[in-house]
Amino acid sequence: MQTPAVDQSQEVSRILAQFKDRPGPLLEVLHAVQAAIGFIPPHSIGLIAEGLNLSRADVHGVVTFYHHFRSAPPGRHVLQVCRAESCQAVGGEALAEHARTRLGVDFHESTPDGRLSLEPVYCLGNCACSPAVMLDGRPYGRMTPARLDGLLAALNAPADTEA
Amino acid sequence: MTTIYVPGDSGALSLGADEVCAAIGREAAARGLEVQCVRTGSRGAYWLEPLVEVACAGKRIAYGPVSPADVPGLFDAHWLEGGAHRLQLGEAGRLVWFANQQRLTFERVGLTDPHCVADYVAHGGYQGLRRALSMAPAAVVEQVLRSGLRGRGGAAFPTGIKWKTVLEQAAGQKYVTCNADEGDSGTFSDRMLMEGDPLSLIEGMTIAGTAVGATQGYIYLRAEYPHAWRTLTRAIAAAYAADYLGADVMGSGRRFDLEVRLGAGAYVCGEETSMLESLEGRRGEVRVRPPLPAIKGLFGRPTIVNNVITLATVPLILREGAEFYAGFGMGKSRGTLPLQLAGNIKRGGLVERAFGLTLRELLYDYGGGSASGRPIRAVQIGGPLGAYVPAAQFDTPVDYEALAAGGAMLGHGGIVAFDDTVDMVRMARYAMEFCAIESCGKCTPCRIGSTRGMELLDHIIQGRDPRGNLERLEDLCELMLQGSLCGLGGMTPFPVRSAVQHFREDFIGRAQH
Repeated sequence: MQTPAVDQSQEVSRILAQFKDRPGPLLEVLHAVQAAIGFIPPHSIGLIAEGLNLSRADVHGVVTFYHHFRSAPPGRHVLQVCRAESCQAVGGEALAEHARTRLGVDFHESTPDGRLSLEPVYCLGNCACSPAVMLDGRPYGRMTPARLDGLLAALNAPADTEA
Repeated sequence: MTTIYVPGDSGALSLGADEVCAAIGREAAARGLEVQCVRTGSRGAYWLEPLVEVACAGKRIAYGPVSPADVPGLFDAHWLEGGAHRLQLGEAGRLVWFANQQRLTFERVGLTDPHCVADYVAHGGYQGLRRALSMAPAAVVEQVLRSGLRGRGGAAFPTGIKWKTVLEQAAGQKYVTCNADEGDSGTFSDRMLMEGDPLSLIEGMTIAGTAVGATQGYIYLRAEYPHAWRTLTRAIAAAYAADYLGADVMGSGRRFDLEVRLGAGAYVCGEETSMLESLEGRRGEVRVRPPLPAIKGLFGRPTIVNNVITLATVPLILREGAEFYAGFGMGKSRGTLPLQLAGNIKRGGLVERAFGLTLRELLYDYGGGSASGRPIRAVQIGGPLGAYVPAAQFDTPVDYEALAAGGAMLGHGGIVAFDDTVDMVRMARYAMEFCAIESCGKCTPCRIGSTRGMELLDHIIQGRDPRGNLERLEDLCELMLQGSLCGLGGMTPFPVRSAVQHFREDFIGRAQH
């Protein structure tokens, strides 16, 4: 369930109050906003700019520069598939292709039911256990298409209720 | 009460260490046995993870790789008393893989509880800082200089010279920053250290602070490492609680504060000036040097920027003395390097050895050859900006200068193995693609050149005018190398050129389509 815009603004104001006096606070503010709301709502850009005495362009520029920050809500689950060299050396690209086909979405997209977002990642630092993926912040190594199917099927289990 | 050590390192977690720990707890309770699980880092033998050790008669008996389903059988085999089992490996430290290593920077990783200051101190921790606090700042810098320690992030610049420059700047606010934006594929030593022995990094930064007169430290950690973030923040809190950080470090009257700042998924922020921009809350665009960060760095103040491994090695140097550390290694590469074996390798993991062993020893003696059982055709050393090295050069010693002489670079010590099914044109194309994805956009050779490079390689993949396109690719590589502001655009030609040079047969003679 998405937070109503007014609650989001209150949340952003609270975060600004917490961080604004720290040195170089913009990334910290954006991390906190994304942690609280799930993404950086476009309407909060002006609020953040005002709160930190920056221009909207400054804030927008930072949000869009970093791959980690999202401007739209993600799926309820996030699957990151490593696409870097070490994983490529042991079938990472076939695994990535399998994930795309299985989910019916491309990288940077979410399934139409909003359950899962598929994201590329360029190294999870788990290269001795390639291919590596991360599902909702949990690492999984030596991944195979069959094991990935198992992980995704577990998300469909009844326990996975609306977040 | 029996102590069982179960790694909490994210690599081990990715192979089910949490589930193994839970199974041990359940099984012990069901049998009415008292055990306590201590979560450690990983010893770095990932093909044996989850590697569980049982404290028994003053020894640590290892079992691995353990799955939750193995746990009841291990209890049946009386593993708490060191009972025989098909997974029993004996004492982990005596395995050939470990016995031949020279663990200096990683001396405690996999052995101790990463969050526990008392455990750290019991294993040699904080002796280096104690010694540093009794010395004049210039003498501390002199120790680091004489140890021969060079930046382990990849650039291999002498650490002591960097510190000396910061020390010589006029008094006032100075900073110690740690570059923990370990983005290179095939590298994970920073992550392992931060998850396995974060207090050594914290101590190293504190020593740096007291040596150059800096009172504030920042660890710039990549967002892809949420587990390292949790370990680091817990360890920092523990260090504050025990007065190893804060207003009165070890009762010396000196202040040093430390916090972790999270990156946000930009590879280029591993470049030191981009990292400083990002720490200041801006886009991670590179700065033009000079001025050097040591003179004008974070918030315009003199700043040390060092890699995790560099800083985490400093406590040992201060504890054991510069000569001890400099006694390891070859030529101008002094000390040890935690090397990381990754990709298509049978026994992947972390090997810390003095400089000078050969790639072949690493790949075959430690690595056991490829995971697929096919011949290793190429290795990429030093991340996505590192050269591809063919099998004909596997007798090259691991040494900054020896690898550079062969057109390669050691970088952060990550080695990714590829078997003979690799298509080197695709790897060259990927190098350009990665540069295009991660370019900060500030300079044209990197921003535009990487996309043009992808296009040229697409033509070559399609078998269209390979010779003409290779000529244009070489021209583009030269331009990127000479004209880029930082290493991202300036070093992307390394993997591309080395692929063309050593694996030309992959580039020409492809079917046209």
